[in-house]
Order: sequence, then C-alpha cells, then structure tokens
Amino acid sequence: MLCQKCHKRIANVHFTRVVNNQKVEMFLCEQCANEEGQMGFEAPLSVSEFLSGIMNFGNSAPYVNLASSDIVCEKCGMSFQEFQKIGKLGCSQCYRTFGERLKSILKRLHGSAQHNGRMPKKVSESIKISREIERLKELLNEAIKNEEYEKAAELRDRIRNLEVK
Amino acid sequence: MPGWYVEDGPESDVVVSSRVRFARNFEEYPFPSKMTREQGQSVLNAVRDAVLNNSSAAKNFVFIDIQQMSPIDRQALVEMHLISPDLAESQKQSGVLISKDEKISIMINEEDHLRIQCIYPGMQLDQALDLCIKVDGLLEENIRYAFDDKYGYLTCCPTNIGTGMRASVMLHLPALTMTGYIRNILDACSKIGIAVRGLYGENSEASGNMFQISNQVTLGQSEEEIASNIKNITSQIIEHERSLRDQLYKQNPYRLEDKVLRSFGLFTNARILSSEESLKLLSDVRLGVNMGIIKGISTEKLNEIMLLIQPGYLQKITGKPLSPEERDIKRAEIVRNKLGCSI
Repeated sequence: MLCQKCHKRIANVHFTRVVNNQKVEMFLCEQCANEEGQMGFEAPLSVSEFLSGIMNFGNSAPYVNLASSDIVCEKCGMSFQEFQKIGKLGCSQCYRTFGERLKSILKRLHGSAQHNGRMPKKVSESIKISREIERLKELLNEAIKNEEYEKAAELRDRIRNLEVK
Repeated sequence: MPGWYVEDGPESDVVVSSRVRFARNFEEYPFPSKMTREQGQSVLNAVRDAVLNNSSAAKNFVFIDIQQMSPIDRQALVEMHLISPDLAESQKQSGVLISKDEKISIMINEEDHLRIQCIYPGMQLDQALDLCIKVDGLLEENIRYAFDDKYGYLTCCPTNIGTGMRASVMLHLPALTMTGYIRNILDACSKIGIAVRGLYGENSEASGNMFQISNQVTLGQSEEEIASNIKNITSQIIEHERSLRDQLYKQNPYRLEDKVLRSFGLFTNARILSSEESLKLLSDVRLGVNMGIIKGISTEKLNEIMLLIQPGYLQKITGKPLSPEERDIKRAEIVRNKLGCSI
C-alpha cells in the first residue's frame, strides 16, 4: 500500500488522530507521519482520554451510581455521563450542577479543591466587604452585650452602608 | 523579523523560551464547545473591543480572524507558538490578538473563551507571569469572568481550573539525551506532577532534543508558587545538563568537536534537508555554539532558523504551497543563506 499523503513511498505507519471528535485513520510512510506529528496537530496522546480514565475510576466507587441517576446541566445541556466520556464541561454552571461528584475528581486531579491564587478585582472587593461585615457584626454583638448602645448604633449604620454595596 | 526569538535571554545555553498562559471564560456564555454561532461572535467582538478600544493597548495589538486565514498561515502561527494547534483547526468564530513584539497572544474561543499567553526568550518565567497578570487586568475591566470562591477561575477542562495557569519552559537538553540520563529526569518529573513533552508532541527524539516542562496542578497553589516550582526544577535540570556537557567534552574533546562540526558541515552544505534531519543537525550546531566550539553564530540566529525551517513558515515566506520535496530543498537553501555559506 502506498502512503495516502505523498502517494510515493510505501505506507508503514498507521496514523490516527481525532479531529473535532471524529477519529481519522490514515496509512502513511514514516516521513509523512513524522511531518504530520511535527506540524503540531493533535499528537497521539489524548488528555481527555486519560482524564476520562481517571473519572471512570470514580464510577466503580459505591457512592456514585451513575446509571440510575444522571444529572443534566440546565444551562448548557451537558450530562454527567457525557462529561465523563469527553472530560470537558459545557459551561461554568456545570461546576455547581455536578457538585460533589466533580469535587472528588478535582481533588484527585489537583490534590486540592480550594483555589489559592489570584481573583478578579470585583470579586476580591466583594469578598473583602463580606469579611468586613462579619468583623463588624462581631463587634456589634460585643457592644450590645456591654450595653454600649451609642457604639452599637454606629456599628449598625456602618454594616448597613457596607451591605448596600 | 520582530519577536521574542531574536532577543537574547538569560540561561539561553539551555533554556530556549519561557511561557505562561491563563485560561479564562466569560460568565454569561457557555464554553466554546457548547456555544451558538451568535454567542461565539459576541465573545470574539467583546474581547477584540476590550483591547482595541483601549487607547494604550490598541497601538500595540493586531487582531487576526482565524476563519479568514489560509491553512498555511495558521500553521505558521502554530509554529511561532502564537496560537495552539486546536485554535488553528477551529471551525468556530475564533481569533487571536497578537502584540507587535509577539510576546503576548490572546486566543479567543479556543477550548476556553480566552487563552492569554506570554512568551519570553530564555529563563524569564517571572517576566512572563507579570505580563500575563497585566493583560488579564486589562481584560478584566470589561469582561465578567466565570469565577468561583472555592474553585477559582472556571475552565472547560477540569485540569485547568483554579489559576487557569500553565507555566512552561522549553529546554534544549542534548547532553542529557545523549547520555540517557534524560530518562531519570522524565521519571522524576512525572512523580511530582510536572509534565514533559517534546517540541511538538511526544516524539522527543525527532524534535531536536527539545523538551517542554510544565505544571499539571492548577488548583490549590498560587500563581507565584506554580512559577517558582517550575523555576526550581528547571534550574536543577540546567545544572545537570551543563555539567554533563563539560564531562562529555573533557572525556573526549575530539569526539564531541567532531560530532558537532560534522553536523555543522552537513547543515550548511546539504541541498536537501528534511525537517527531522534539520532539527537533529540544528541541535548539534546549537550545542557547538553554546560550548564555544562553533564561533560567530548567536543563539538568536539559531532560534530564528528553527522557526524558518518549519513546514508552515517555510511555505508562508515562499508565498505558495510546496510539496514535501520542494520544502526540503527550500529548507536547505534557507539554512545556507542564514549561516552565510557561499558554496
């Protein structure tokens, strides 16, 4: 059989790659196969295949019985079974929809399920505000306990102002 | 030719380039795989406008619509590491914003809505991270990112969640490969959650002793921790590589000089060069330049040649599609021109 690309040399490599979820098989000579590989298009390694391997591992665990209870994301229509097959999620809502099942996968992948890095400015400000509110509420309780009503009133106003934000 | 590859970087005898990328998504739209055409177009427009409507950024960036590009031009961008292979093959409304110095590229509608990537020559991971953070901050002013207090930045693939950050360095490791010690490095890396890949894909032998080292864990560590992990591992690998180069030379100077100079002779005199052979020869020449065996050639020049001889870029500068044989002839011609060989 001749190489399907150059049609000159004998094909001795069975080349498979996934293009848009479609498996494409080709019989190539060694040189063309190398060039295909070097062009940087989908190398034979597949992260999602590897991933779905990890995720299916969760399948056998007794606490997740998927056959009887598949969840579907309301926003994008992705089902948990579909996710396990392709290893990718459909939208940000999926993370909430698949909750605990996803959390155990994330722990397995990263050894952690708590973000520790940067956050968008808007988010970090709102987190700062909610922490400040928590702090002031504690002071307010303290003030009421000590019958410092003037101080309590002032704290209450400050909390109200922050809550508006 | 502009671009990071014509600048000299620190530790450039081993480290070719440092790269950081952030994966980001819009909160309001599904990820690209589940988007409608209209949603895809909205994302594309929003990102383009966020950059091009900013007076200081607009001067510095060029927007490219991937759908409008020929396959050869797409492939050339992949070879320049400015877009990913996935984006090049994309059938969606996708695009890329590239800075004039080619250090920043913002890919739109790849696997995630946004992939911000910064690349520097040599060992400059911190610089790449700083620049990524700056670009991220600029985009954040106009875009509401999908973000969760617990999980951080939400991404299409759970392997990118959290920081959405991938830090990678491209290393030239001929001595480790020649002596076989590279196996130990690969094994050690895989045990501590560090991925090692060849220049393009898995076949490391064929890609001229080039290895790409990157983090796999993206959730639970800060961006700085991820970068410093990669830096620590890289500096250890650099040390091993350098000491092995010295040992190889001291053991038998003639043998190493012979190997390097033979390759140099072939590289600068051949009339037909396949890309596999040229990457192999280029690796030997690079080693010779780094060790002072070959004089008068800079590492930047070799970086430039490495790019010019890739199949896509080769056809781009020729201005027409070439058959594999024509490419091999053209490749040899470029190498001879660039290295100033008059024969």
